[in-house]
Amino acid sequence: MTSTQRARLSDHVATGILTAIVAAILVALVAIILYILISGAGKAFDISFLTGRPQQFKEGGGIGPELFNSFYLLVLTLLISLPISLGGAIFLTQYAPPGPVTSIAKTAIETLSSLPSIVVGLFGMLTFVLSMGWGFSIISGALALTMFNVPILVRVIQQALEAVPRDQRDAALALGLSRWEATVHILVPRAMPAIITGVILSAGRVFGEAAALIYTAGQSAPVLDFTNFDLTSASCPWNVFRPAETLAVHIWKINSEGVVPDLAAVSTGTAAVLMICVLAFNIIARLLGRAMERKVTAE
Amino acid sequence: MPAMSKRGIERRGRLITGSCIALVVLLVVTLIFMVFSRGLDTFFKDGISPWSFLFGTTWNPHQTGDDGAALVGALPMIAGSFAVTLLSCLISLPFSLGSSIFVVEIAPGFGSRVFRPMIELLTGIPSVVFGVVGLTVVVPWIRSWAGGTGYGVLAGSIVLAFMILPTVTSLATDAIAAVPDAYRDGSYGLGCTRWQTIVHVVLPSALPGILTAVIMGMTRAFGEALAVQMVVGNAVQMPRGLFTPAATLTSVLTMGMGNEAMGTMYNDVLWSLALVLLFMSLVFILIVHLIGKKGAARHD
Repeated sequence: MTSTQRARLSDHVATGILTAIVAAILVALVAIILYILISGAGKAFDISFLTGRPQQFKEGGGIGPELFNSFYLLVLTLLISLPISLGGAIFLTQYAPPGPVTSIAKTAIETLSSLPSIVVGLFGMLTFVLSMGWGFSIISGALALTMFNVPILVRVIQQALEAVPRDQRDAALALGLSRWEATVHILVPRAMPAIITGVILSAGRVFGEAAALIYTAGQSAPVLDFTNFDLTSASCPWNVFRPAETLAVHIWKINSEGVVPDLAAVSTGTAAVLMICVLAFNIIARLLGRAMERKVTAE
Repeated sequence: MPAMSKRGIERRGRLITGSCIALVVLLVVTLIFMVFSRGLDTFFKDGISPWSFLFGTTWNPHQTGDDGAALVGALPMIAGSFAVTLLSCLISLPFSLGSSIFVVEIAPGFGSRVFRPMIELLTGIPSVVFGVVGLTVVVPWIRSWAGGTGYGVLAGSIVLAFMILPTVTSLATDAIAAVPDAYRDGSYGLGCTRWQTIVHVVLPSALPGILTAVIMGMTRAFGEALAVQMVVGNAVQMPRGLFTPAATLTSVLTMGMGNEAMGTMYNDVLWSLALVLLFMSLVFILIVHLIGKKGAARHD
């Protein structure tokens, strides 16, 4: 065999191996998702499981409060983290002077994004739960999740703003708009589809986060009474000072305590619900992003 | 609202957005400061020597050893954390590197249309879901051929390998895609095959980026808490093999922090574990920075 033939052969072999690797990853990914969905399907589509209250020592517990808590925490987290991230990203893309200030800011955000979420959770426990005296509560959890979410959002929004064609910004500035006006009236609306996509994708990650929550939002889910609007009562769903176990925390807790008799069913059922929500976030993000992109570019 | 001058508007915009950034910086600095100050209590307040903490192999903070000092050796957890981190990187590296080569060099269209969205989906799977899959699939599978409980370093590493796969893959893909096409054209012009081009031209020049990708994967693996805690077995002993239960910094923190009251010695030592965890993340970030600087210098 000549060296050329050998080179050609190894090229074919390498291509084959690389193709097999990619195929293996895709198969594994689909297998994981299907496994969770199928093994949890029996519970995940059972309305009494979705609305029932969790049980400790007997079978048939539900995840009603956890499901509500997860969404409530997500909404609160986005309400807090979105304005901060938007402001931060605008500062970094529009105003940040090259120099130490900017590099400190960038390093801080990068550091925050690579901190283990359990460390963020412990900091949250120290600051919000203990120092502020808010106890294990929704507000403590939302603030911890904000710290976890802000670096992700800043990066997403920054990329979205930088992807806006430069001439649009230049044209706005040439027409006499200040940088702030150009940002608010031209850049942000134009970048909105990408921002929305990124925010919803990050919402999926916030929704499934547990390590930052076990010591901030707590591991107990008081029974909720949706007719109770007394914001100081523990059973009022909207009270931000009550403890709130989420779906992800629930999965972890029941597995580590191991006192629920139908543990496997409840655990895979909850995982399936969590997975369905994350998949839904993914699909909604892409569809909405595409639809908005069409609208913005057609105008 | 009265009309504001352009300068006023501009100043207000800078102030609002600048204070958002300032808030984030302040939070990060506070976090680092507080974890350090709590974590150092073990040594300054409780008088435990840093040496016996970092290199002690017995973890039993409720009891004291022969010399009367508390048994707070953290080496089993530190070793456990490094073991699962390195092993998970070894497992996932061939897959992530192979697939990122594939989607850049062989099938770019497939890469952006199918593979990238799928990898993003993998990023979105919550870590507790990985933990459940680990508990119900990986642990029984290991038990079936290796005996024992199935819990241990290998189970933790396999679960982590899946979790860091998207991080490493997407960063490595970016690094390989950033290699200028002129390099490839030069190599093809000399008559090299695609595989020769990849091995001798593309990978060497993407190396700093690939290293960054691996370190970022290690950062994630080192700091991941719940999925590891669910499958690693949670026995605080030096990891003796792949199949015996072990513990990591994160797993001990996750389980212990709720049980011990603030201010007790046990609690202080847990904060010291958190400090080690934080310190290692900072080291990983520093390494990424150094690689970035070196890589930038090389391209100039």
